[in-house]
Amino acid sequence: MATTTNNTLLQVEDLYLYFRATKGVVQAVDGVGFDLRRNEAIVVLGESGCGKTTLARAILRLLPRNVYRYTGKVLLNGRNLMELSDEEYRREIRWVKISMVPQAAMNSLNPVIRVGDQVAEPTEAHFGLKKEGLEQAREVFQRVGVPVDFMSRYAFELSGGMRQRVAIAMALVTSPDLVILDEPTSALDVLTQANIMNVLKRIKQETETSFMLITHDISTSSELADRVAAMYAGHIVELNDADHFFSTPLHPYSQKLMASVPTLRQTKQLEFIPGQPPSLINPPKGCRFAPRCPSVFDKCAEEPPLIDMGERRKVKCWLYVK
Amino acid sequence: MKLPDPIVQLTHYRSAVLGLFIIGALIVLSIVTVLVIPYDEAIARWRAGEELWGDYPRNAVPEWFNLFAGNSLPTTIIINSKDGKIPKDIQKVTDEMSTSDMKFTFDYPWDRFPSEINLFLTAKFAQKKPQATMIWKTPDGRQIQLGDTTVGIVERFAISTDQRLSLKLEGRAPEVGLFAQPGTIEKGKTPVVQKGRYELIIEGLTFEKDSTLDAKLVIYGQAYGLAGTDHRRRDLLLAMLWGTPIALAFGFLAAVGSTLTTFSIAAIGAWLGGWVDQLIQRLTEINSVLPTLPILILIGTFYTRNIWVILGVVIALGIFSLGIKTYRSMFLQVKEMPYIEAAHAYGASNLRIVFRYMMPKIAPVLIPTFVTLIPNFVFLEASLSVLGLGDPLLPTWGKVLNDAYTNGALYKGFYYWVLEPAVLLMLTGLGFAVVGFALDRIFNPRLREV
Repeated sequence: MATTTNNTLLQVEDLYLYFRATKGVVQAVDGVGFDLRRNEAIVVLGESGCGKTTLARAILRLLPRNVYRYTGKVLLNGRNLMELSDEEYRREIRWVKISMVPQAAMNSLNPVIRVGDQVAEPTEAHFGLKKEGLEQAREVFQRVGVPVDFMSRYAFELSGGMRQRVAIAMALVTSPDLVILDEPTSALDVLTQANIMNVLKRIKQETETSFMLITHDISTSSELADRVAAMYAGHIVELNDADHFFSTPLHPYSQKLMASVPTLRQTKQLEFIPGQPPSLINPPKGCRFAPRCPSVFDKCAEEPPLIDMGERRKVKCWLYVK
Repeated sequence: MKLPDPIVQLTHYRSAVLGLFIIGALIVLSIVTVLVIPYDEAIARWRAGEELWGDYPRNAVPEWFNLFAGNSLPTTIIINSKDGKIPKDIQKVTDEMSTSDMKFTFDYPWDRFPSEINLFLTAKFAQKKPQATMIWKTPDGRQIQLGDTTVGIVERFAISTDQRLSLKLEGRAPEVGLFAQPGTIEKGKTPVVQKGRYELIIEGLTFEKDSTLDAKLVIYGQAYGLAGTDHRRRDLLLAMLWGTPIALAFGFLAAVGSTLTTFSIAAIGAWLGGWVDQLIQRLTEINSVLPTLPILILIGTFYTRNIWVILGVVIALGIFSLGIKTYRSMFLQVKEMPYIEAAHAYGASNLRIVFRYMMPKIAPVLIPTFVTLIPNFVFLEASLSVLGLGDPLLPTWGKVLNDAYTNGALYKGFYYWVLEPAVLLMLTGLGFAVVGFALDRIFNPRLREV
């Protein structure tokens, strides 16, 4: 697959995460692979229910009880995280190396402790340093633009944007290598969204941190993205540089996604993709996008391979097989 | 200073204010009791016999009964010649022998007869015991010979149980016959008290130079103190006072011990799930079938009645109580909340999640339950005592009820004996219950009045 350079932080290969449900096995993450360099930001795009969040959870090993299959390789700095025990993973990886701003991060704060203590919690939980934790919390509060005197408030006393920033502060407090942001701006107004994207951009410039941004908001994510991964029905269908992806997407699905982005003051007909993403319990044979694809042809009845187009560009589509 | 919000809200409920007042009063009473009468002293006094309680009347009602009975119930009269307040006439007869006459004078203004009369004689001598002759003088001047006796070092001359005297008084008990108006003690008549000044004259004879004779006259009343006395002359106030801290401590500790453990176990089970949860659920179900009271009775009968051991057993049986099911259902909801997941994500340990994230969230629901649970355990302790399985040393409300029951208090008309501990128990229950109900409304928004 991708050539591993010294600069590679995270390398995911053949990652599978299936769940057992009453109706059958949900193939939520189905053989996903990508790599991420240091201080790079990758945006995972896709419709709801295509496995984006599950991919993040698979990387951070936040699994529900009904796991059916959890295999593959997750290499962080060359170390395979899949070989660690749960306890090792908890102690050595979570928040030490990889942290996450969960979906609905606004509700991810403990309602009964002060947000300052909350942000200090990871440091305290991992290193037993209560005092240092509070100092670091003070620092990240400033970095994410929350007034330091808000530290003694409770979560319900903060606005949504403030809470979101506190959640981001909590993800940054231990200076991890990788921060996974699961829809960090989805419930916020546009001004707050812009503000938070600016905060993230500044942090990316100031630190060595890599970001994995999961979203369906293409325009906002373009602010931060270096790389883009388009996900559809548990597969990554395209991996591309942000510049290329936003100008000349390869996969028909990516093209459709880009065409659906509204542009200000233009009388463009917004496109949408008819139909719904397939159920992940019994996905269609062959290319999973075929039933909705405008360029569908005979070959699509078989599953397309992930084709390496060079320059770290990959696409999973028969159109690009020469 | 700003009071915490729930307490402020509590004051909006009048019943809760009453409850808080009752609880506060009981707590103050407990603290004062423990400070004024230390634990050891309380036990020693409660277990003492006639040597300590000899001057107290038997089964006397509380003195404030007189407020309703028109001051008709006599209180106890004690006159001791050693106090020097009564005239003592010592005349030398020979070198060795002398007379020693004492005159006990007292007013008797009540409508009812005393409950008992005792004369305690003490003498000092080398070989020859002094002698004493007792003469009773009524207000209308009659003189009744009570007899004579030789006096040992300590002699109890129980006037009330003197059969010969009783015969002299038309078969009436001496405490009735000696105080009755003439002409009312014959058979078929109702004796009426003759009010006025009585005298008991003791004519003593000592036969040695340094020999002395002293006497203490006790005319036991029918009313005593704030709480009355029991069948062993003990002041019930002691049991009423000491019963308070014991009841509160037992109720509070049992409630704390069982709710906290139940709560933690429910949280741990809900969070860890799997076989831990299954085990906890099954243990709860088994425990819910175990009969608490019979087990306590068995332990009380065969092993020990020590109240603290019983407390431990009560807590132990309460750990896997059915509350686990209720709390678990709440924790299963909390468990799925985003902030718990976030905590899990950032690598918080299981203990940290359970104790710092899950339990504080549900704790408000626990408080009303906890408060209403306290009187349950107070009643449990009282029930055990009533069944005769109370701590053998401690004076408790339940023990008083048990004494009252075994001595047929209600049959004999000693209502105060039953009502005092019962009222205290009911007050305790009421106080905690109304506060608990109000707290329930505050912490459980669905019950809140609009």
